[in-house]
Amino acid sequence: MSDSGSIFSLALGLVLSGDAELWSIIALSLRVSLTAVALACLIGLPLGAFLAVVKFPGRDAVVALLNAFMGLPPVVVGLFVYLALSRSGPLGVLGLLYTPTAMIIAQTILVTPLIAALARQSMADLHVEYDELFRSLGLSMSRTIAALIWDGRYSLSTAALAGFGRAIAEVGAVIIVGGNIEHVTRVMTTAIALETSKGDLALAMALGLILITLALFVNSAVLTLNRTARRLAYA
Amino acid sequence: MKRYLSPLAVVSLAAVALVTIAPVTAEAEDPFIIVQSTTSTQNSGLFNHILPMFKKKTGIDVRVVAVGTGQAIKNAANGDGDVLLVHAKAAEEKFVAEGGGVKRFDVMYNDFVIVGPKSDPAKIARGKDAAAALKSIADVKAPFASRGDDSGTHKAEKRHWKAAGVDIEKASGDWYRSTGSGMGATLNTAAGMGAYALTDRATWIAFKNKGDLQIVIEGDPKLFNQYGVILVNPEKHKNVKVKEGQAFIDWLLGAEGQNAIRSFQLDGKQLFFPNAGQENMKKAG
Amino acid sequence: MLKRSDAPVSDDISAQPLFPLAATDLVFADRGRTLIDNLSLTLDGRGITAVMGSNGAGKSLLLRLLHGLLTPTSGAIRWGGNPLSDEVRARQAMVFQRPTMLRRSAADNLRFVLNHLPRNERDRRVEELIAEAKLDHAAATPARLLSGGEQQRLAIARARATEPEVLFLDEPTASLDPASVHAIEEVVRTIHADGIKVIIVTHDIGQAKRLADDVVFINRGRVAEQAAAAAFFERPATDAAQAYLEGRLQF
Repeated sequence: MSDSGSIFSLALGLVLSGDAELWSIIALSLRVSLTAVALACLIGLPLGAFLAVVKFPGRDAVVALLNAFMGLPPVVVGLFVYLALSRSGPLGVLGLLYTPTAMIIAQTILVTPLIAALARQSMADLHVEYDELFRSLGLSMSRTIAALIWDGRYSLSTAALAGFGRAIAEVGAVIIVGGNIEHVTRVMTTAIALETSKGDLALAMALGLILITLALFVNSAVLTLNRTARRLAYA
Repeated sequence: MKRYLSPLAVVSLAAVALVTIAPVTAEAEDPFIIVQSTTSTQNSGLFNHILPMFKKKTGIDVRVVAVGTGQAIKNAANGDGDVLLVHAKAAEEKFVAEGGGVKRFDVMYNDFVIVGPKSDPAKIARGKDAAAALKSIADVKAPFASRGDDSGTHKAEKRHWKAAGVDIEKASGDWYRSTGSGMGATLNTAAGMGAYALTDRATWIAFKNKGDLQIVIEGDPKLFNQYGVILVNPEKHKNVKVKEGQAFIDWLLGAEGQNAIRSFQLDGKQLFFPNAGQENMKKAG
Repeated sequence: MLKRSDAPVSDDISAQPLFPLAATDLVFADRGRTLIDNLSLTLDGRGITAVMGSNGAGKSLLLRLLHGLLTPTSGAIRWGGNPLSDEVRARQAMVFQRPTMLRRSAADNLRFVLNHLPRNERDRRVEELIAEAKLDHAAATPARLLSGGEQQRLAIARARATEPEVLFLDEPTASLDPASVHAIEEVVRTIHADGIKVIIVTHDIGQAKRLADDVVFINRGRVAEQAAAAAFFERPATDAAQAYLEGRLQF
């Protein structure tokens, strides 16, 4: 009943029909995951650069922890955020559970270690190159970190894309803290999970196809922008 | 001097803008309640049928979190919802007794069915006795897929195994497969491995990946599946929207809600049977 | 340009003269190898000093120790009687053999070290430095796309932008063509004419003859000879220096 041709035409039909619900789900997916990635960059890039630049006792342990957290199961993160945001949890008064904000928080926690770990690696390489100059200039730590992030922005955008890939594709965390509520917290992945549970495998696969296309689109958009900017501006 | 924004900066700016916009739009929303409910009511399409009617009447948005009954009750006990609508009477009464909810009301019922492969290795098709059928399945060690997730359906299934005198703990992993997942996922598994499974009728009718499966047992009065509704206790959780939540319960139990439930059909079949205010009624659909 | 050494002496280190520079009994060991071995050296603030010696003699290490990029295993360095500190290093600049180019335009590489200035002044200063480095055609070009000679001129301009009193140059022309070498030597003379002390490590005997007022000859981690340039090249006092100048000395 669900050969690949019919799945493809179903996906195409969904997109072309301009189905308002589908588009609102796509928009929410993008809004949640892009926001989470942006927040994760705001935390993860300076953290990664800090770990690349500053030597302190226990740094290796922190880096190892960060690398281990790259593989954090989304369900565990979802559960952790649920327990924190539940009305019975420490942050329950905020009333954030089952909102897109809760999903953003969960995905931010999920992808920050990934982005920080990847950023640390590329920042460490760049820091080797810049270290003597920066020390000769007597640069402060904050300026050193800012300069490394700015100058490493192209390799860092790869880290951001990896984070985006993890965020847009995960279902375990957002389904727990978002609740997969129609028109409120339903995103591509939770919609796919729902259709699978309804046994509508063809529709689930079609949605999956759209999700992949979406991720492909975001990736190639960033990479193209990147390449153009790099060619126009800085080698 | 030209400056080029890096894609990273663009993404960051866009996202920060989105975050700042988000709370504004949230404030402009309609009043809403959160209902902790089960996958069977959601997946069958019942909510999509009745909630627009309620919204039209009251302007209240009902946000449904559809999980297993066990998890729904736990979420409600944590105060993460205003109304609980599930199908495990004993667990619901315990929830009320422990102060989690105000009062439990019968809303509607449907029934469970046992589905299995056409080849029917346990030779139970067209029977009416659920316990005897399960005994046959155990005797021939035919594969059986269970929810295993502490949901209402899972609790009911365990009751029936007990009535059949079968110790499923011993068989787990052998012919008895505990999927630990929702009704849909369990049916997908059953379809995949040609296993028997217990499911509520509504989910079964709406389910699209039936494969080789068909109903083998139905109509046993013991397969009765009662749904109840409970307002989460506002004395325990101050966030509970008493007015809106109670409005939903009143509507559901009143003539309009009951008629709305009755009028929901799939493939020409009525899936849920309203029975508010008819306590002690025992009748299989 | 105001020479800081003209400023009145006070308790404030930043107002005290940097010279004489005195290094005493410097030792620098790394992984069990003694690379700088009991080196002592005194320099005054005048002229261009060339530091010469074979590969591995310790010239670049000495520069890094004097500038404070490396910490000696033992021994002392005093700039005008004061130990190395951030304040002392802030009055010095260093240009490396392979120039470190930030991944930005040439102008932005300069702007990076001038960010303490108000915007107008900074832009004006960047323009001046770009012009002096003869990089007008390449101000907006990514620094890492410049030629080797252009990169080194930019690195020197950037070092100069920090208004140092001492400029360390570590083999700045090692891999450049004769025209680029010439251009850089011009810049170095200009810098020196502005009253900045230049300490340059070079292998190029011709370059040392053209630029240097005095020579410090390093051999096996020690100062083997220190002399006025003319004297050093005509009558080297040690066999090692003689051998080095004749191309016979091997490390």
